[in-house]
Amino acid sequence: MRPLTEEETKTMFEKLSKYIGENIKLLVDRPDGSYCFRLHNDRVYYMSEKILKLATNISRDKLISVGTCFGKFTKTNKFRLHITALDFLAPYAKFKVWVKPGAEQSYLYGNHVLKSGLGRITENTNQYQGVVVYSMADVPLGFGVAAKTTQECRRVDPMSIVVFHQADIGEFIRSEDTLT
Amino acid sequence: MGRKLDPTNKVKRGPGRKSRKQKGAETELAKFITDDDTEPKRLSSRGRKRAAKRVQNQGKPKDVAEQPKKGFTDENNKWLKPAKRKRKLEAPESEEDSDEHWEEEEDEEEEQPQQKKDGKEEEEDDEEMVDDYGTQDDGGVDEAAEEESDGDDLLPIERAAKKEKTQKESLTPASDDDDDDDDDDDDDEVKHKSDADTDEEDTVQANIDEEETFRLPGAEENEREGVLPLDLKTIHHRIKDNIDVLCNFSTKREEGKERAEYISLLRKDLCTYYSYNNFLIEKLMDLFPLSELVDFLEANEIHRPVTIRTNTLKTRRRDLAQALINRGVNLDPIGKWSKVGLVIYDSSVPIGATPEYLAGHYMLQGASSFLPVMALSPQEGELVLDMSSAPGGKTTYIAQLMRNTGMIVANDANADRLKSVVGNIHRLGVTNSVVCNYDGRQFPKVMGGFDRVLLDAPCSGTGVIAKDPAVKTSKDEADILRSAHLQKELLLSAIDSVNAESSSGGYLVYCTCSIMVEENEWVVDYALKKRNVKLVPTGLDFGKEGFTRFRERRFHPTLQLTRRFYPHSHNMDGFFVAKFKKFSNVIPTAPPQKEEESTDAAEATTAAGSSEEKTSGSNEKKKKNDISKTGSLKKKKMENSKGKKGLPVGPKKAKIAKMSEETVTGADAKKNAANKKEGSRFEKQAKKRKTPMAAKNRIGKNKFRKLKHMLQKFDKE
Repeated sequence: MRPLTEEETKTMFEKLSKYIGENIKLLVDRPDGSYCFRLHNDRVYYMSEKILKLATNISRDKLISVGTCFGKFTKTNKFRLHITALDFLAPYAKFKVWVKPGAEQSYLYGNHVLKSGLGRITENTNQYQGVVVYSMADVPLGFGVAAKTTQECRRVDPMSIVVFHQADIGEFIRSEDTLT
Repeated sequence: MGRKLDPTNKVKRGPGRKSRKQKGAETELAKFITDDDTEPKRLSSRGRKRAAKRVQNQGKPKDVAEQPKKGFTDENNKWLKPAKRKRKLEAPESEEDSDEHWEEEEDEEEEQPQQKKDGKEEEEDDEEMVDDYGTQDDGGVDEAAEEESDGDDLLPIERAAKKEKTQKESLTPASDDDDDDDDDDDDDEVKHKSDADTDEEDTVQANIDEEETFRLPGAEENEREGVLPLDLKTIHHRIKDNIDVLCNFSTKREEGKERAEYISLLRKDLCTYYSYNNFLIEKLMDLFPLSELVDFLEANEIHRPVTIRTNTLKTRRRDLAQALINRGVNLDPIGKWSKVGLVIYDSSVPIGATPEYLAGHYMLQGASSFLPVMALSPQEGELVLDMSSAPGGKTTYIAQLMRNTGMIVANDANADRLKSVVGNIHRLGVTNSVVCNYDGRQFPKVMGGFDRVLLDAPCSGTGVIAKDPAVKTSKDEADILRSAHLQKELLLSAIDSVNAESSSGGYLVYCTCSIMVEENEWVVDYALKKRNVKLVPTGLDFGKEGFTRFRERRFHPTLQLTRRFYPHSHNMDGFFVAKFKKFSNVIPTAPPQKEEESTDAAEATTAAGSSEEKTSGSNEKKKKNDISKTGSLKKKKMENSKGKKGLPVGPKKAKIAKMSEETVTGADAKKNAANKKEGSRFEKQAKKRKTPMAAKNRIGKNKFRKLKHMLQKFDKE
C-alpha cells in the first residue's frame, strides 16, 4: 500500500472530475477528519487516516481491502472507476439521469439507457459528460456517459441510446470476484 | 338369426349399466354401509399375507402378554386352536368376500360363548377383536377410544413430565418378569411357525397392536428388515409409538424389555426415517429429551423463513418494507427483539436481486445471525474485530450499529470467501473496515487491543441441517473433535486480541451454528479455565440457557448465561452465543507442575504399556523379582519419562514422580470436562494405564501361586 504518485493522482482526479467536477475537494477535505487515497494491488482505496494507520499493521499480501475501493489502474495506466465508488460519486454528482422503473432492470443488467427508458435528465448536460444514473425513487443505480446532450435527447427517437453504460450496481452480483 | 339366441352371449335387458347404478345408488350404498359395518377393511389376499407376516413378529410379544391374561389351560389351547385353524385354512380358499365374511362371523359366534366363560378379561379381548372386524359394538369403541386417549392425547408437557417419572421408575429392574417372558416368547415363536399362514388372526392382532400398545419387534423381524426395507409410514408410526412408550415407560413398557432395547430401536428407526448417520442421532438423543427430538428432526426437514436485515446506513425499515411490498413481496417484522429484521413470506421477485438489494438497502441474513452481533452490541468509535467474517453479514451489521464510525477489522482464513465480504461491505456502504486474510489463530501476533471481538467459529454445522442436509451423514466424532479443537485455538487467540483495559469494551462474543456441546459449552469452559475471562449475560432475552452439566461433564456454573437457539423452538437456525468479558490482559500461565504432569502422564502410559508386555513375556521370572517390579514399576515409568525429558535424575526423582503421578490421576477427572481433545486423550490414557495395572496385578497373583508351587517343589527336592 502506498500513496499515489503525482501522475496517478492526476489521472484519477481527471476521471473523478468528469462526474463530480470541483466537488472533488470535498472528498479530500472532510469535516470528520482527513481522508486519503492509497494504492494497493493497482487499486485505489479511499479511507480515513485512522483506518490507514490500522491497516499498516497488516502485511501487504494479507491485506484484501481497506475503506472503499474507488477503481483501478489498468496496465496502460488509465484509471477505471468501479461501481464501489458510487457511494461517493452520487452525493456530489453534477449531472444526473433518472431512468423509468420499467427500464431499471435493463440498466441493472448492464445495458445502455435508451430514450424510452429515460425519466429525467439534468439540464445542460453536454455530450460525453459523465453522469450518475438514478432510479425514479432517487436510488443511485450506477454511472455512465451521456451519449447526447439534453437538447438532443428531446428530439431523438425512443430506441436510441442516451446514456452509455459504464458501471451499475448489478455488478455487485455479476462481477463480485473482480471488485477488488 | 341364430346369433341372438346364442346362450353364451347373453344380452342384458332393461336399462343400461349406468342407469341401473344411478337408480340403485341408495340401496347399494346401504348395502355397502352394512358391509362396512360387519366387515373389516379388506386387504388383498397378498396384502393380508404380508400384513400377517409383519404381525407375526410384531405380534409375538403381544401374544406373550395376552396369554397369561386369558388364562387358558393347555387343554383349552388344544381345543381352541382347531377352530382358528379351520378358519385360517378356509380363508385363502374362499375368494368371495361374502363367503369369507360368513365364515368369520360364524367362527366368532362360536368362539364368543366359549370365551365368555373365561371371564371378564376375555370379553374385553373379544370385543377388541370384533372392533377390528368393523362390527363395532359400542363398548368396544369406547374402550378403544379410552385406551387411545390415555396415550395419544397427552400434551407434550404432560408427556415430558410423565417421562421423567417413568425414567425414575424404570431404573428398578424386573428380572423375574424377564424370565417368564422369555419362556412365553419361545412358546409363541413355535406356535407362530406352526401356523404361518394364519391370515385372519394375524391381521386382527396387527390391528390391535397398532392401536393399543407398541411392541418391540423380535430378532426375526429385525433380520427380515435388513432384507426388505419397511415402508416409511410404518417406521414413522413405530417411532411415534416408541416415543410414547418411552415417555410413559413404567405404564406402557412391555414386560421384560429394557429401556435400552426401545432406545436402540428408536435410534435405528430415526436413522432410517430421517436419514441421519448413527453417530449424529446418538448425539442428538443425548442432547434432547425424546419428546423434543422428533420436533427437532422435523424442523430440520423444513427450511427456515427467509429473513433480511435493513441496512440502516442507507434506509429505514419502514421505507424498505414499503419498497419491497410495492415489488410484490409479502413480509413482516421479524419480531419484537429486532428493529431491523424482516421476514419474507413469499415474493414474486427474487429477493436477492431486487434493485433495493443491489443498492445495499438490505442484507439477506438468517435470523440467528443477528443474535451474536446484538450480543456484542458494538459502540460507536470502537475498534472491533470480526475474526471469521465471511460472507460479511455480521460484519456489516456491526458497522451499521456503529454507524460507520470507529474501525472494523474483518478477517477470514479463506481468501475466496473474502470476495463476498468485500462485495457486501461495499454494497452496504461500509467505509470503516479493513479486510484481511489471516488465519485467526495467528491474529494476536498481527494486532491486538480490540475493544470487542466477534468470533463466529467454523463448526460442524449441526444447527443448520435444514440448510445443508449433507451434515446428516457426513459428520462423525472426529469431525466434531477436530472443529472443537480449532474452536478452542481460535477462541484463545480471540481472547488474546481483546484489550481488557478498554474503557467501553473488553468484550468477546463466541458463537457457532452448531448445537453440539463439544463445540460450545466445552470450548467456552476451556476458555474460562485458560484465560482471565468471565461470562456475562448476552443481552438476548430469549433462547435456552447453556448447559452447566451434560452427561458426565460438569461445566462452570456461569455457563447458564450463554444462550442456545433451536430450529424447533425458535424457528431459526440452531445457534449458540456466549459473551465474555475480559478482566485482565495477563495470560495466566498454568502452574508448571501441571504441564509436566500431563506430559508425564502421556509418557507414563506408554511406559506402562511396554512394561506390561515385558511382564507378560517374563512369566518364568522369579516371584521376588516380579514383586519388586510391581513395586518399582511406577518409579521406572517415571524414570523413563524423566530421562527423556532430561529432568534431574537421582533419588529425589522417584518421589517427585510418584507425587506428580498421584496428582495426575486426580487432575485427570477435572481435565476431562475442561479440555476436550486433551481430555479425551487423558481418558484414554487413564484407561490404558488402568488396564495394564490391573492385568499386571492379575498376572502377579497367578504367578504368585505358580511360583509358590515351584518354590515348594524346589524346597521338597
